[in-house]
Amino acid sequence: MSTILNFTGTLLKNLVSKPVTKNYPEEPAVYPERSRGHIVIDVDQCISCGLCVRSCPPRCIKVDKNEGTWTINRFDCIACGYCASKCPKKCLSLVPGYQKPGRSKAAVTYKKSAEVMEAERKRAEEMAQRKAAAVKAAREKKAAAQTGGQAAGAAAQVQAAQAQAAAPVKAPSENQ
Amino acid sequence: MGKVSVVPFGPQHPVLPEPIHLDLVLEDEKVIEAVPSIGFVHRGLESLIVKKDYNEMVYVAERTCGICSFGHGMGYVEAVEKIMNVEIPARARYLRTIWMELSRMHSHLLWLGLLADAFGYESLFYHCWRIREQVLDMIEESTGGRVIFSVNKVGGVMKDIDAQMLGRFVEKLGDVEEQICAIRKNFLGDRTVQMRLCGVGVLTKKQAHDLGCAGPFGRASGIATDMRIRGYGAYADLDFEPIIRTDGDSYARCACRIDELLQSIDLIRQAAAKIPAGDLSVPVKGNPDGEYFMRIEQPRGEAVYYVKGSGKPYLNRLRIRTPTFANLAGLCETLKGADYADVPILVLTIDPCISCTER
Repeated sequence: MSTILNFTGTLLKNLVSKPVTKNYPEEPAVYPERSRGHIVIDVDQCISCGLCVRSCPPRCIKVDKNEGTWTINRFDCIACGYCASKCPKKCLSLVPGYQKPGRSKAAVTYKKSAEVMEAERKRAEEMAQRKAAAVKAAREKKAAAQTGGQAAGAAAQVQAAQAQAAAPVKAPSENQ
Repeated sequence: MGKVSVVPFGPQHPVLPEPIHLDLVLEDEKVIEAVPSIGFVHRGLESLIVKKDYNEMVYVAERTCGICSFGHGMGYVEAVEKIMNVEIPARARYLRTIWMELSRMHSHLLWLGLLADAFGYESLFYHCWRIREQVLDMIEESTGGRVIFSVNKVGGVMKDIDAQMLGRFVEKLGDVEEQICAIRKNFLGDRTVQMRLCGVGVLTKKQAHDLGCAGPFGRASGIATDMRIRGYGAYADLDFEPIIRTDGDSYARCACRIDELLQSIDLIRQAAAKIPAGDLSVPVKGNPDGEYFMRIEQPRGEAVYYVKGSGKPYLNRLRIRTPTFANLAGLCETLKGADYADVPILVLTIDPCISCTER
């Protein structure tokens, strides 16, 4: 069965109804809560472990531990969220809002705050000191164990000799 | 006999969103042969498998195509899961099925719009894409992306559709169904549309079978090929029959796809009614060791994923055979004897996805 003008109803309805499109950018776009727009970082929480760098499919993240920076090239980022799922500190997250266009593929760098860097430096120093102390203690313990072990060995030898000397004397008496 | 001439078609052509080149050998206005050439958008995605670990590769596999992206991710992930003997939770299987059907809907609505555009029915084109927008909104709300879903991972899915959201989707799909029924009349009942599609590019069942046609293109010629029957995902629990038409012309292909839209809505409803509660994913340990050949039904037809690993995080081989690749041979057959003016419509009726094909 074929008809003609069967789109006319829809057409007339469309003529009197409101447009389905939005007057963007005057009317801002509304993104759903789960929208994978761009990655944000709480850089002070970052421990510069580099797991995000290694997991990123387009390799658009760079991390510098010494400088305390986290760099992302947002034009290369595919907003897959794999880095966020790998982050051990959960300091990466995907939030709505897309990357604005630009003239060049500029990377964005986030630097840890001076206080955090200072605290990290102190912690690292403390750790280093504690490690050095632990190494020293271990070394001393080892040395002590070696010297102590030698002394203990000598004592054991003496005991064994005494036992050997005593045994021939003792054995006949037991037989009798 | 008229004069024989060769007319190039593509790689840039108004009906083609993606580049494919056809050399059309014409005798007067009739096409006597079509020689396809592809390779304009080859990206070498398959070779990345040796450079990215198998979890990271999910995101690369998804980006094989911008329309059937979810299917590519799902096919790859299920192949890896089969190699590793991972049994994913039932809820994850259902969620994958729901997303797969939403993805089929948005793909088919896109295609219907393009078809309407190709035969010169601009307002129907806009109307199809207006309906598609509602499906895209549902996808964006549940996954966070409009075309690239990124919700699959080896061992399950990453996001949930809770009961409230699912209820809202099913309700909204009721509206969408009404709108699809209305455009169904426009596509299948309109005399002008029928004049452009009926009897154009007929491919018989035998030809379609011999040339290995896949998906709606093959089903419109009467071949009951639908990989969903294999029962991957949650399809084993759902009740459906492949939609088959026997005419094998462009009209049958259009009808097939419109009916599949309604079928997808029905499948989502069934899945929403049956979806069990439970976890979204299971933890996966170790690396894939072995090989698997996964066949899934993409919106455009059967896609094949061959994955091979050797116990290392980096796999050895990924091979994707996409439905368009299978359908190109059928396309060249349908073009033989067609009018030159019908070439754009015929190229479109296989639902060409060239980026998929070239990977």
